[in-house]
Amino acid sequence: MPFYSEKVMDHFQNPRNVGEINAADGVGEIGNPVCGDMMTFYISVKDGVIDDVKFKTFGCGAAIAVSSMVSEMAKGKTLDEAMTITNASVAQELGGLPANKMHCSNLGADALHRAIEDYRKKQGEEA
Amino acid sequence: MFVTRQKIREERFMREVYLENHANTRIDERVLAVMLPYFRELYGNAQSIHSLGAKSKEAIERARGQVAGLIGGRESEIYFTSCASEANNLAIKGVAEANRQKGRHVIVSEIEHFSVLNAARRLSQQGFEVTLLPVDRYGLVSPADLRKAIREDTTLVSVQHANPEIGTVQSLAELGRICREKGIAFHTDAVCTVGIVPVDVNSLEADLLTLAGAQFYGPKGAAALYVRKGVRILPQIDGGIQENGRRAGTENVPAIVGFGVACELIQHEMEANARHLLHLRDRLVEALPEKIPHLYINGHPERHLPNNINLSVEFVEGEGMFLFLDQKGIYVSSGSACASKALKMSHVLTAIKVDTAVGQGSILLTLSKYNTEEDIDYLLAEFPPIVAKLRDMSPLYSYFQKTGQRRVAGPGTDYEHEHEENREDG
Repeated sequence: MPFYSEKVMDHFQNPRNVGEINAADGVGEIGNPVCGDMMTFYISVKDGVIDDVKFKTFGCGAAIAVSSMVSEMAKGKTLDEAMTITNASVAQELGGLPANKMHCSNLGADALHRAIEDYRKKQGEEA
Repeated sequence: MFVTRQKIREERFMREVYLENHANTRIDERVLAVMLPYFRELYGNAQSIHSLGAKSKEAIERARGQVAGLIGGRESEIYFTSCASEANNLAIKGVAEANRQKGRHVIVSEIEHFSVLNAARRLSQQGFEVTLLPVDRYGLVSPADLRKAIREDTTLVSVQHANPEIGTVQSLAELGRICREKGIAFHTDAVCTVGIVPVDVNSLEADLLTLAGAQFYGPKGAAALYVRKGVRILPQIDGGIQENGRRAGTENVPAIVGFGVACELIQHEMEANARHLLHLRDRLVEALPEKIPHLYINGHPERHLPNNINLSVEFVEGEGMFLFLDQKGIYVSSGSACASKALKMSHVLTAIKVDTAVGQGSILLTLSKYNTEEDIDYLLAEFPPIVAKLRDMSPLYSYFQKTGQRRVAGPGTDYEHEHEENREDG
């Protein structure tokens, strides 16, 4: 039985949406105090919908796969919808994660939520 | 249904390069050939007194001589075990318990294998005191530190000959002499050195020494503890009279036979092997930092094993490299935090004070006589693009590119960390 599911390996080897967005509408960054992983999410928002997502991740195979999956799940969603993406739903979409890697899935959703919060904060400031 | 290696290879890869030879080596065909009759025809229990049993007994005693011959001990001083972890447990717990009346203090280095560290931890739960000896940034134990740590009630010191993770070879004889002077039993886990470089229990001043044949083209399932005559030790497996009552349990005859033959063969081939290993290692040590910027070699610049290279690749995490290399058929060890269940940097890299941010990108390559120039070419071609791909994804790398500054991941995401300029010569 391989360590990671096929879906995790696919997202790890061919991660979607890697990169940065210049002048992003929101940026969220999170580090994991346990294993030292780090993720940065960039979003651009149009009419309340996440129009584009990019990420950069320093971390293990699971952390990279989780980032990739979160970016796919978030794209095209309204901000409110994207806020409902949970750690559990990411892990589920990936076909499960090894028990000691579950904490990686926490990072992905949290980084995305931080990017959304960052966007909302900036909006509030502008308004 | 068995899945053969051939099948795995056809399904997944073009080429297969095995670089985890501290974990296990491929068995030498000559060793396997000598073992096979002891599975098929000569299956008697070595303790049986009939003729078939006697054949097994004879084979074990022959192997005992072969093992003793490789390390300069006497046959009567060799005790077979199932693996090196068992031999280490026997040495640490066995000697400590046997000398309990004399004293209850044990000294081990902080970079020992877990079979030594955890055996010592068990002792500490049973009324013993354990001192962990620190190491310097290269992984060396200082004789002065050992002298300071020794007490009236110290009965055992254990320091490994070479460390499997960073390949640093200790100045063991110096430590051994101190113990001999004080009348303290000195054990060394020589799993990484026996069969790779010359090891002699007398010149190393070792009272106990652990070795395993699977490190030098023998089978798994057999290892040995050398116990110098006169050293008091209590068995850790109670049972019958095998191994002179010091290690009960039916002997694994085929594995012991293979272990013995591996010892005999390696005596004649070690020098040529070491030259080959060192040549391949030199190629990697020279080419890797050229092809991959911000790559650091861990361990001692001179006192290192000929077959071990521990690297830290900055801005990427070890498991990612490990998985991509695996996809290319290159098998390495990941020293990274995330690949271990503890999710921490290894105790060895921590002990030699590798920067946590850099240490996360550590992998370990260990060579065998079967590795070829082509293997090295293949690794040198496949590895740099893997690092480049992971760096492209790394927020730490893009930050470094934009600002020339380094920042740590994880708990330190909010602060810049000071980069140690002298790290490269480590």
